[in-house]
Order: sequence, then C-alpha cells, then structure tokens
Amino acid sequence: MNTDERGTVKVHPGVVRVTHWINVVAIAIMIGSGWRIWNSSPIFDFSFPVAATIGGDPATSQDVHNELGLAGALQWHFAGMWLLVVNGLVYLVYGIWSGHFRHALFPVSPSAFLRDALAALTFRLPHRLGVYNAVQKALYLGVLLAGIVMVLTGLSIWKPGQFQELAFVFGGYDTARLIHFLGMSAIVLFLVVHIALVIIVPKTLPAMITGRAAAHAPEILQESAG
Amino acid sequence: MSAIKDSKDVLRQGAVRTIERRAFLKQGLSLGALTLLTGCDVTDQDSVQTALNAISRWNDRVQATLFSNRLVPTYPESAAVKDFRSNQYYGEDAVPKIEGSSFKLGLSGLIDNRKPWTLPELYALPQTSQVTRHVCVEGWSMIGKWTGVPFRTFLERIGADLSAKYVGFECADGYYSSIDMASALHPQTLLTFKISDETLAPKYGYPLKLRVPTKLGFKNPKWITAMYVTNRFSGGFWEDRGYNWFSGI
Repeated sequence: MNTDERGTVKVHPGVVRVTHWINVVAIAIMIGSGWRIWNSSPIFDFSFPVAATIGGDPATSQDVHNELGLAGALQWHFAGMWLLVVNGLVYLVYGIWSGHFRHALFPVSPSAFLRDALAALTFRLPHRLGVYNAVQKALYLGVLLAGIVMVLTGLSIWKPGQFQELAFVFGGYDTARLIHFLGMSAIVLFLVVHIALVIIVPKTLPAMITGRAAAHAPEILQESAG
Repeated sequence: MSAIKDSKDVLRQGAVRTIERRAFLKQGLSLGALTLLTGCDVTDQDSVQTALNAISRWNDRVQATLFSNRLVPTYPESAAVKDFRSNQYYGEDAVPKIEGSSFKLGLSGLIDNRKPWTLPELYALPQTSQVTRHVCVEGWSMIGKWTGVPFRTFLERIGADLSAKYVGFECADGYYSSIDMASALHPQTLLTFKISDETLAPKYGYPLKLRVPTKLGFKNPKWITAMYVTNRFSGGFWEDRGYNWFSGI
C-alpha cells in the first residue's frame, strides 16, 4: 500500500465507496417501500410501523386515492429497483474484474471463520481497516448472496408469468414472495450487526467516505470488535 | 448570518476537509432520517412525484418490451379456489346488480361493427376455460377457473382495429381501465361469463369480467358495460391514482 504525505493508506477503492453509498440509498428505498407493500397484504400476522415505511402520507392517500399509500410504495419500489440493480451490477462487475472480491472476500475457510468468530465473541479480534477477517468475509459474502436472491425473487414475484422458470426455481409465486421476505429479514439483520460494528469501531466510517486510513495506527490493530 | 460568516472563516483557516466531511455525514443522516423515519413525505413533493411517475411510464415501456405471447402457467382444476376473493374499491354489499335480460355491451372507437351485444349473443360465441393464478397488486394470489370467449375472437368478430394501441373498458360501478392491444390479443385473455363453472355472481362482475392472466388483478375489470378501441392513452381508475398502468406479470 502507498502511504501519502499525510501518512494514510488507501483501504477502500473509489468504486467500492461510491457504490456503497448509492447502495445505502437504494436499500433504504427498497426496505422502506417494501415494508409498506408488505402491510397491504402481510404473509404473517404483523405490520411494520407506517412511520418506518415509504410511500406517501397514508391519510392523504386515503383522502385523495381511497387507498393507504400502496401506490406510492410500489412507485418507490419499482424506481429503487433500477438504482439497486444498476449500482449492484457496477459493483459486481468491478469486484470480479478488478480482483477486489478475490483479494478482499476470499479465501474464507470454515476453520478460519470459527477461529475469528470465537475471537470476536471474546472481544479479542483485531480490526484492520481494509482487511477483512473471516467473520466479515462470511457476512459480506452472505449479504451479497442475499442481495442476489432478493433481485431474483423480486423478479419472480414481479413477473411470475414472463419469468415463470425463475418463479418455478423459487417454488412458485407464493414461496418466492416468502423467500423475498426472508431475504429482507437477513439483510436487516446484517445491517443491525454492520451498523453496530461501525458504532463500536467509528473510524471505519470516514474510511468508507475518504477511502483512506492512517498507515501507522497501532490502536486500530488493538480494536476489540470485528 | 454570523454563523455563516464564522464558518467561512473556519473554512479559510484550513479545516475545509473536516467540515465537508461533517456536512456530508449530516446530509447523509438527514436523508436516511427523511426516508426511514418520517413515513416519507417526500412522495408528496411535486418534483419527486413527477420523477416517480416518469419512472412508472418507463416501467410501462420495459414491461411492454418484455411481454410475449407465451402462456402463463395453468393448473389442474382441483387447484381452483371455489370461494374466490372479491375486491372492489368499496364495500361488497354495494356491488352492481345488473339485470341480464336488458343488458347490452356497448362498443365504440376503432371498431367496424359497433352494434351493442346482448348476453345471448355473447354466450353463443365459442367458449373456453382456464385455471390460472390471479395475482393482486396487494401481494396475495389465488388460483381460479374462468370460462368465456377468447377476447381475440371477440375483437375479430366485431371488426376491431387490431393494430390500434389500446382497448378500454367502462364498468357499471364507475370503474374504468385500459390495456395494451398485445395483452388484449394474448391467447389466454378471456371475456368471461363464469367463475368456478357458475355464472359470475354479482360480486365477481356479472355479467362480464375480462380475465387477463398476464396482468395484475385490478387490470381485470368486472361489470363491463362498454368497451372501446383507441390509439389514445386513457389510463384507468387505479392507474390514475398512481398504480402502474401496464402491470404485467
């Protein structure tokens, strides 16, 4: 790594940072509007708090449209999908083409995962900016997979006729819809862990914005959380 | 004012980078707060709504491009739900009760023979049945059996201009909708008289319901009293309230 005049090194490539923050917006739109869509016909017997959803003011929609803001939620969802997919494709193509995935996310072996998970749970896992431990690798690969499953199940329930083979792979319309919900749940769980760790190791946040971190920062190596 | 002046001084003093980063973070956080915490009033802002509407039109075009004459999956008759769910934009007890003996389907627009059709005349057309999945825009779905005349057969019989862009429908309850000609001509699009082998009950749209298994449920109008063929986009009841017009599945 090249150390610049301020003694920092590059830990996150520009493409990764830009696509990361665009993804933040896309995911917020997809989850917020998705929750509102869920509320219109929940699979399980609960609803998301309307204040945490996207799709316009429900009372206004009821007055003007005779519906509780589902139309707005669908508009957001099917607009956000383009942002999510185009941004995701840029990230995937870059990650594969540049070798970013190969270097950052592989290899991840079960034994290394167990070792690092144990270290993390006992608060002995060092954190080096830009270098992922096995738990991080597994989580990032897992959430990438969840994202791909979300797009594919999303296509299955958007077009169970035109993409009937895809819907069939996911067990048909209703099962694909259930998997779409479970995939969202997995991503939300990931986000809870992801954001909790950023709060515990705050210097990861500026690094994802500027891309750089102090080159000689022994305190980073001593951080206790992964 | 003094705050602005102060911050300009700070900027000149060389702390630019820190300030910019903080501002960026703050803006990022307020965007997150806006979208996640407020129930998103941004939808009601005209410019955002205009953009969302434009993307919905774009999605209409994408879906029209994706559309093909391939058949949607069909199911065994045993899979068809007998007590089918019925939706309308008002309570079920207010559904139209139409007198079949005096009913006439009105025709207008780009159609050669615009003579209204009585039910006996419609029933005399060749009929077919299908067991397909009805997918509601709300997310639920239900498999049902419908019986009626292939819509393409009817359009050909009345001399409709099959190169026109749209077919529109007007319903006894004030509902209205329109579909693209390609979907109207799809082999599984039926002008139906029966559900579950029984004449449509009032809540299912007696006497006429258009079954378009390639589209979401609200694009399957019930209680149809008039239809027209046109090149002019005419929207629909829910479509004019923000729901996607093409709504293909």
